[in-house]
Amino acid sequence: MPIFLEKRQLVTPGDLIAEGEYLAGENTFVEDGKIYAARVGIVEYETKRVDVVALKAFYIPRAGDIVIGTITEVGFNGWTVNINSPYIALLRASDVLSRPFKPQKDDLPQVLDAGDLVVAKVVSYDRTHDPQLTVAEPGLGKITRGQIIKITPTKIPRVIGKKGSMISTIKQETGCNIILGLNGVVLITGKTLEDEQLAMRALLKIEQESHTSGLTDRITQMLKEEKTRKEENKNE
Amino acid sequence: MNDKPEKLIDKKGLRLDGRKADELRPVKLEVGVIANADGSAYIEHGKNKILAAVYGPREVHPKHLALQDRTVMKCRYHMAPFSVQERKSPAPSRREVELSKVIRESLEPAVFMEYYPRTMVDVFIEVLQADGGTRCASITAAALALADSGIPMRDLVVACAAGKVDDTVVLDLMDTEDKLGGADVPVALMPNLNAVTLLQMDGILTHEEFEKAVNMALDGCRQIYAMQKEALKQKYVNVSEETKEEAEE
Repeated sequence: MPIFLEKRQLVTPGDLIAEGEYLAGENTFVEDGKIYAARVGIVEYETKRVDVVALKAFYIPRAGDIVIGTITEVGFNGWTVNINSPYIALLRASDVLSRPFKPQKDDLPQVLDAGDLVVAKVVSYDRTHDPQLTVAEPGLGKITRGQIIKITPTKIPRVIGKKGSMISTIKQETGCNIILGLNGVVLITGKTLEDEQLAMRALLKIEQESHTSGLTDRITQMLKEEKTRKEENKNE
Repeated sequence: MNDKPEKLIDKKGLRLDGRKADELRPVKLEVGVIANADGSAYIEHGKNKILAAVYGPREVHPKHLALQDRTVMKCRYHMAPFSVQERKSPAPSRREVELSKVIRESLEPAVFMEYYPRTMVDVFIEVLQADGGTRCASITAAALALADSGIPMRDLVVACAAGKVDDTVVLDLMDTEDKLGGADVPVALMPNLNAVTLLQMDGILTHEEFEKAVNMALDGCRQIYAMQKEALKQKYVNVSEETKEEAEE
C-alpha cells in the first residue's frame, strides 16, 4: 500500500496521494486504482483511508445540519433563505408559525422580513431539490442580537477542536455564547461588544491559521493576554 | 512598432528578446489577489499581465440556463482597452467571444462539473496588458483561480504555445514573433492525467515541425505547471511561516 506524501502535507488538485488498498476519502478521487487530491488541502492518512482536508470550500447542505441564514425573499407561503451555499434554502410559513398558514390572516413580513437572520436546521436536501429548513426546535429561530462573522465552512471542525476543546476555550475566556452554523456563519452573543469582538478576532485567527500546528495554545495565549490587558486598563 | 526587424533569430540562434529557441519568457504567478472573488489569480507571462476571477458555484441566472445534471460554466475573456498598442474597443470582439469559448472548453474537463447540478460557475479573465500568447496565460491563470475557489478538480490546466519563426520551431511566441512568424500552436495540458484539453494551430507547418512544436509546447506546459503548483501552495505557506515566527518570538 504505497503512499506518496508525508502526513499533513499541502496538496493541490491532481496530486497523486495513494495507491492500492486505501479508501478514497473526502476531496479525493480514484482513477485507474490511484487516488488523487481534488482540492487544495492537507493530506490525512488513516489506517485504511486517505482524506484531503480542504483549505477552502463552499457549503453543501446535509439533512440535520444547523445553519445560519439570511432571509432574501418573502414568498406566498414561506421564505427563501441565503445559507451561504450554491443552493438557496426554503423555509415554510407553517413551520415558523407552528400551525397551518392562513393567507388571509397571517402577514409574513411581520413574522420574518427580508434581511432577518435565522438559526435553522436543514430538514431535507438532495441534488434534485433545494434544501428545506425548519426553526421548530429549541434554540432555533430569528436572531435578535449578537455579531455575525463568516468563515470558510471547511474550517468549522477546526473551530470546534478535538472534542470541542477549541470552542469551549473561546466561550470560557470571552464569556460569549457562540453558535456555529455548519455553513460557515457564526453567531456570537456576549455581555459587551468588546467580548464579542475578542471572540471574533480569535475565530478569524483560527480561520487563517487552521493548517498550522499548536494553534489551540496560541489562541489560549492570545485570549489570556487580552484579558489581562483589559483588567489593567480597568485598574488605571 | 513600425520598424520590422529583418531577422527574428540572429546568427547565434537567439531571438529578439535574447531567448533561446526552447526558452520560456519569465512567468510570475500569484493566487488570491481579489478579495471579493471566491477564487482569483494573477499571471505575468513575459509582458502579458492577466487577472482571473472565479465566482461560484452559485444560483443560475437566468434560471432556464440551469442544467439538471451538471454545473454550467460561463467564461468571459476580455481585453482592457489599454492592453494593446492601439486602443481596443471595450465591446467584446469576435475574437474575444471565440477565445472565451475556447478557454471554457479547455477548463471544463478539469472540473467535476457533475458534482453540483443546477449551479453556475463564472470565470472572468481580464487582460491588462497583452504581448502574444494571452489565451495560454489566461488558461493557466483561470485554472489557478478555479483551484483557489475550492471547486473540486481532477487536475490543474496549464497552457503554453510553440510555433515557427524564421523556419525554426520555437517555444512561447511573443507578439512580434506571432505576427511576423510562420505558425502558432497553443496547447493546454492536464499534467497529472497527461491529457491535452486545447490544441490549435494557425499558419503552416510540416508534419515533423508540427510534432516538434507540440512536444516543445508540452514541455513548456510542464515547466509552468511546477510554478503553478508553487503559487497555489505559497498562499498557505506564507501563513505557516508567519505563525512560526510568532511562536519563536
